[in-house]
Amino acid sequence: MRHIISLLIENEAGALSRVAGLFSARAYNIESLTVAPTEDPSLSRMTILTWGSDDVLEQITKQLNKLVDVVKLVDLSEAPHVERELMLIKVRATGKDREEMKRMADIFRGRIIDVTETTYVIELTGASSKLDSFIAALDGGLILETVRTGVCGVGRGDRILKV
Amino acid sequence: MISGAEIVIRCLQEEKIDCVFGYPGGSVLHIYDALFKQGDIKHILVRHEQAAVHAADAYSRSSQRVGVALVTSGPGVTNAITGIATAYMDSSPMVVLCGQVPTNYIGQDAFQECDTVGVTRPCVKHNFLVKDVKDLAVTIKKAFHIATTGRPGPVVVDIPKDVTAQMIEFDYPKSIQMRSYNPVVKGHLGQIKRAVQVLQEAKRPIIYTGGGVILSNAAEKLTRLARLLGFPVTNTLMGLGGYPASDRQFVGMLGMHGTFEANNAMHYADVILAVGARFDDRVIGSPEHFASEKRRVIHIDIDPSSISKRVKVDVPIVGNVADVLDEMLKLLDGGFKADPELADWWTQIETWRARKSLTYRQDQRIMPQFVIEKLYEVTGGDAFITSDVGQHQMFAAQYYKFDKPRRWINSGGLGTMGVGLPFAMGTLFANPGATVACVTGEGSIQMCIQEMSTCKQFALPVKIINLNNGMLGMVRQWQEMFYSKRYSHTYVASLPDFVKLAEAYGHVGMRIEKPEDVEPALRKAFTEHKDDLVFMDFIIDPTANVFPMVAAGKGLTEMILAEEL
Repeated sequence: MRHIISLLIENEAGALSRVAGLFSARAYNIESLTVAPTEDPSLSRMTILTWGSDDVLEQITKQLNKLVDVVKLVDLSEAPHVERELMLIKVRATGKDREEMKRMADIFRGRIIDVTETTYVIELTGASSKLDSFIAALDGGLILETVRTGVCGVGRGDRILKV
Repeated sequence: MISGAEIVIRCLQEEKIDCVFGYPGGSVLHIYDALFKQGDIKHILVRHEQAAVHAADAYSRSSQRVGVALVTSGPGVTNAITGIATAYMDSSPMVVLCGQVPTNYIGQDAFQECDTVGVTRPCVKHNFLVKDVKDLAVTIKKAFHIATTGRPGPVVVDIPKDVTAQMIEFDYPKSIQMRSYNPVVKGHLGQIKRAVQVLQEAKRPIIYTGGGVILSNAAEKLTRLARLLGFPVTNTLMGLGGYPASDRQFVGMLGMHGTFEANNAMHYADVILAVGARFDDRVIGSPEHFASEKRRVIHIDIDPSSISKRVKVDVPIVGNVADVLDEMLKLLDGGFKADPELADWWTQIETWRARKSLTYRQDQRIMPQFVIEKLYEVTGGDAFITSDVGQHQMFAAQYYKFDKPRRWINSGGLGTMGVGLPFAMGTLFANPGATVACVTGEGSIQMCIQEMSTCKQFALPVKIINLNNGMLGMVRQWQEMFYSKRYSHTYVASLPDFVKLAEAYGHVGMRIEKPEDVEPALRKAFTEHKDDLVFMDFIIDPTANVFPMVAAGKGLTEMILAEEL
């Protein structure tokens, strides 16, 4: 099953490599991983998208908790949460495609953030599946490059991950 | 103001460290200079960094103190890796101080530079790179704190050379608080009550204990609990000595080379009380086969990730083994009334025991089991036994009956050949004057044989019991049984003359070739040569195999017994 693990980790050199190393050493899956400092610069918040059986997930969370630098951890998928991913996609925008691209971006509530004579860069935010759908809706030949941040998420309401 | 190097020494003094195992080099020159100028800490110069770490590891294992190793950057660290990984797999508390190239050289591919934090990361409990001298003392404090609390393990502190030269006021924190690290000690009382309830209902129980009992110094509490319950007890390889092996309730070691009664009792038990053990592959064999019996499992472990990792647990108790056992004993203070069917279970166990699965035939050639039995007799069962890895290790575990904890020092998790001699060194430094024997083979001993030189320098009277079959015995055994006797590269051709070799290092050498000479030679070594290192080269029957045996991937009850071949 797909799980989103959110964790707070000491913002120290090598913290990311400890987490990434754990996943490779124990043959766990990482679909995406995002990390950045929080409002408290001594802490980083990491969001890991992974999948596995319940047993595997139990081990993943226990092993992550065991890392000395990990302060707190939550499996967001266990309860209501919101998740978002950001994508920048550069597309060819010439001739009749130029108008079509604008229209598609509007339909998906994307924003065109860079315009040249031949290209657009479209910014799109949403659930990962929405980003997938956008890519699927475009003519593949017109996509020049895509870059995605990976999922980040937060629990709903009173579910708060904080020290 | 004192230098970073002096701070390192002062921190060790604060931690009451009386000896450090190490090897000097460019990046640790300042630290070695500071060592030279003090008198509290003894430095043990080894001949290879791997041995320094193994010795520090055994110093911890054989006492309740922390072993410390000191190595230089680059090759010093890479040589130390095997030792660090060995300690990590067996949860041995240890601090390894490593020199590093100066901070402004890091990343420049400098001479003797190596990414210490990177290469050690998968095999340490935690590691640090100290980039500023003002962080040095607090980092070393954290290292000792992390190494010794929770599930213990090795911690590496990487110290660049310039940091050891900088001057600062010394301020050693009395205690340390880390928001990210707060290991659980006390077990959950509700869970402990549930566990006691399950124990009361048990008809075919077994107490299965591992290294956690030794590490938390809980052997005495475990023994009291086991006697109170009247249940059979089995130990893992790492748990030997956690319960007196000469006691009637002890059914022997379990696992791949466990006794017939221990493996059967474990498999057919309706309640397993697992204490500081982790159901690893060498213990339960095939997890699918093991899961074929219905049973309830109570698991006490300080590491939550060890619980329900390989075997589903019904009553998990996260906590320090000694504290949890204390709570259990308190709850059972009013006495314990076992299920009447327990008597039938014991009858069954005695039937299994009557198979006498630990047997061998001693005729013309010396059998390795015979040597261990004689070693047990001659040392009165009270020696520290270190071992290397292979057949000799299993023979020692099976035939030397450990009644006390911390007397059996071996590499169970990583299975590191070469640990035996440096383990014996560390054991002697932690227990001066103790009787220490290193049970080894002609394969393993050659992996750290250079340490005979260290033993000479520090007058360490290790008794090396070399069970010499001229073969890499355990691999040969597998080749015999599972590879149609294709003995691929397991014959160790051109072995040295170990007697002459021991003499060349300045020690006493003996070669023993006849069964009738075994006991007199051992007596001579342990009395007449009490204060000497004696290398005893026992020329043993090369066909001897370790039985019982559960082949890899087989179930715990699918044992091959000696008489079946």
